[in-house]
Amino acid sequence: MSKKVAFLQGNEAAAQGALYAGCNFFAGYPITPSTEVAEVMSIELPKVGGKFIQMEDEIGAYAAVLGAALTGKKALDATSGPGLSLKQELIGYACIAEIPCVLINVMRGGPSTGMPTGPSQSDVMAAKWGTHGDHASITLVPASVQECYDMTVQAFNLAEKFRMPVLVMPDEIIAHMRERIEFREPGEIEIINRTEPTVPPAEYKPYDTRFGDVPPLAAFGSGYKFHVTGLNKMQDGFPTTKAEIVQAEEERQVRKVMDKVDEIVDFEEFKMDDAEICVVAYGSTSRSARYAVNAAREKGIKVGMFRLKTFWPFPDKQIKAIAAKVKGFVVPEMNLGMCSVEVERCNEGKAQILTVNRVDGEPLNPEQILVKIKEVK
Amino acid sequence: MAFDYEKYIRPGKLPHIWCPGCGHGIVLKGLIRAMDSLNLKKEETAIVSGIGCASRLPGYVDCCTLHTAHGRAAAFATGVKMARPEMNVILVGGDGDGTAIGGNHFIHACRRNIDMTYVIMNNYIYGMTGGQFSPTTPHMMKASTTPYGNPDPSFDIAKLAIGAGATFVARGTAFNASQIDKLIAEGIQHKGMSVIEILDDCPTTYGRRNKYKSVIEMMNRLKEVAVPVKAAEKMTAEQLQGKILTGVLFKADRPEYCAEYQKVIERAKGGAK
Amino acid sequence: MSRYELRFSGAGGQGLITAGIILAEAASIHEGKQAVQSQSYGPEARGGASKSEVIISDAPVDYPKVTACDALLALTQEACDKYTHDLKEGGILLYDSEFVTRLPEGNFKKVGFNIISTAKNEVGREIVANIVALGAMISLTGVISRENGLKAVLSRVPEAFLELNEKAYAAGFDKAAAAAAA
Repeated sequence: MSKKVAFLQGNEAAAQGALYAGCNFFAGYPITPSTEVAEVMSIELPKVGGKFIQMEDEIGAYAAVLGAALTGKKALDATSGPGLSLKQELIGYACIAEIPCVLINVMRGGPSTGMPTGPSQSDVMAAKWGTHGDHASITLVPASVQECYDMTVQAFNLAEKFRMPVLVMPDEIIAHMRERIEFREPGEIEIINRTEPTVPPAEYKPYDTRFGDVPPLAAFGSGYKFHVTGLNKMQDGFPTTKAEIVQAEEERQVRKVMDKVDEIVDFEEFKMDDAEICVVAYGSTSRSARYAVNAAREKGIKVGMFRLKTFWPFPDKQIKAIAAKVKGFVVPEMNLGMCSVEVERCNEGKAQILTVNRVDGEPLNPEQILVKIKEVK
Repeated sequence: MAFDYEKYIRPGKLPHIWCPGCGHGIVLKGLIRAMDSLNLKKEETAIVSGIGCASRLPGYVDCCTLHTAHGRAAAFATGVKMARPEMNVILVGGDGDGTAIGGNHFIHACRRNIDMTYVIMNNYIYGMTGGQFSPTTPHMMKASTTPYGNPDPSFDIAKLAIGAGATFVARGTAFNASQIDKLIAEGIQHKGMSVIEILDDCPTTYGRRNKYKSVIEMMNRLKEVAVPVKAAEKMTAEQLQGKILTGVLFKADRPEYCAEYQKVIERAKGGAK
Repeated sequence: MSRYELRFSGAGGQGLITAGIILAEAASIHEGKQAVQSQSYGPEARGGASKSEVIISDAPVDYPKVTACDALLALTQEACDKYTHDLKEGGILLYDSEFVTRLPEGNFKKVGFNIISTAKNEVGREIVANIVALGAMISLTGVISRENGLKAVLSRVPEAFLELNEKAYAAGFDKAAAAAAA
């Protein structure tokens, strides 16, 4: 049997990916340019017995997602810039209470209301640094409609595996453009489900590190009783201010991700084998970059592209290795310099770094990147 | 034989954090008696709160307990209830948490008429942060941020809940302890959003600033202002001046949200639009 | 076929985004090519200049927007003024001859006919003007086959409107061919 194919928008594909991953709860609040995710979920979830709720505001939507996730659901919320800002406190809550869930954030112009229908990539720092306090972030940046589908599946897997919130952040171009996609067959992508406790309810602790850095999470209503709080907590879930416990728990919550960076970080290298110049790009900008790299190669310029598929954790190791080899980086972004700050950090002064920045609501085009590639000395 | 609170209290979690004379402990005991009277299974009961003194209550009760972020209890609880409608979902919290920062979630939970029970301990003040005025602090009363008297008018939580669409609304006081469990139990049994406002006291941050000489005086005030709805029917407007009605204030029958969503599921599965 | 870039432009509400989607879907699902459709919208759902862009290629399409337009449809003067600047030398401009009266200078083929009134008066409903235009664009560019275009049209419309849309598509296809030959 041939695969089911469709011609879909990025947002629609992301919703389909969520369903493939087993998402059975969606809470959201209408916002451009992510609303199609909610619309598809409102149609599809009840058909499979799942739940869809449109909440009273962005914060409430994410709160409902966290509540549902604690009952064992695979829960999704979708939003855009202003909504991401509003949800930040609860993203921190999901980090400290270690609640798996996925948020799709379609990047539009900002700050504030900005440009609701204009593309942007200016939320990538907010994805990691938006909520207060120390925490790890897993943020995926799709560059095609198929990747909107696949990365949403992957986001659910990572959320469940690492027991934490995961973000999928297409820019508006990727979220709204249409391409052919293939629906995955059952079993084609492995689906990771939550690790449930093996101990009897009386012995259960929600943060029991005897089971590793990612302790099993029981579901409310499944026979286990436990306490969840946004306060710094002990292994049994109850608040504490004991210095050594707080320190250990905070470190574990970051370590559980950073120790597995190699497993989490995904990227693509394009024509990098003999490259003397490396374009570091992600999202729709990487499509412009690919075009520009091909055009530059035709002119004999040895240039390649490193495409981020995982924005956080940032691929430090890979960028550091490239920095030691190339004479320059070109970092095109629809913001005024965010990824380029990370590239600079990894570059450690080795190669030249040129940036291409566009924040006018228009896509960053191949020609702009080509011009910069030619400027690398 | 005395009532055994231990069976619902988490071992080792007492003493509680509340100040001597605070009424929250009275409400905690009332809640436990209510749960016991209905024989609620602990593992099938979620107690959800926001932030504040009253919101620390779930930590002491041996159920599925969720101490969320400031103001967000009703939204988290809505997620819990939608995801697992078979669970009993009880919300607890204070006046500031529930009607200021959480006001939007509160009114929309009422509007949906989702089957949850919200016990709001109204002590007219933000206690945990040291006594700032809340949306229920009466006009001209003192708080740490109303040093010249409160310029704000105040919310009537019960009326707010009725106006927003809750289908069971009751009010009790920390003074009338034996009524609390009955109101909460009736609220839990009601199919739909029930709101039980308990007029409470905060001797530490409200009583002191507002010239209450003692906890006893604060409790006596609650006793004096409270008028049961039945009794109020026979009283004149003049007699009711300055009084606050207690008991079951409102009850209505309206479709419950999770049941309505179940119909959505059936329509979707049936291929209807 | 290497990268071929099309733009459908006109006023919001004229169904141009749908026309672009149908063309791209026809190319990628029925014709077996690679295609990407994208759009830019103003805040208003109706009125204002609106455009939908389609890139078709044998190879995967990287940049999803038009770089140098091979074929452009303009249903309004405003759209024609705004969106023809990057039309390629040797490209094609299809326009509604009633609504677009000032044509841009340039070394490209200009083909006009009364697209909207064809829909309204000959097919019977103004709402299918986008399908008339779609048929015309496929006819002029040959970017996909006539049959595959029709398949995609029919897979997108409700059953009650199949005949209407088929008629619109055929009218556009034939009228454009005639206008180009004239």
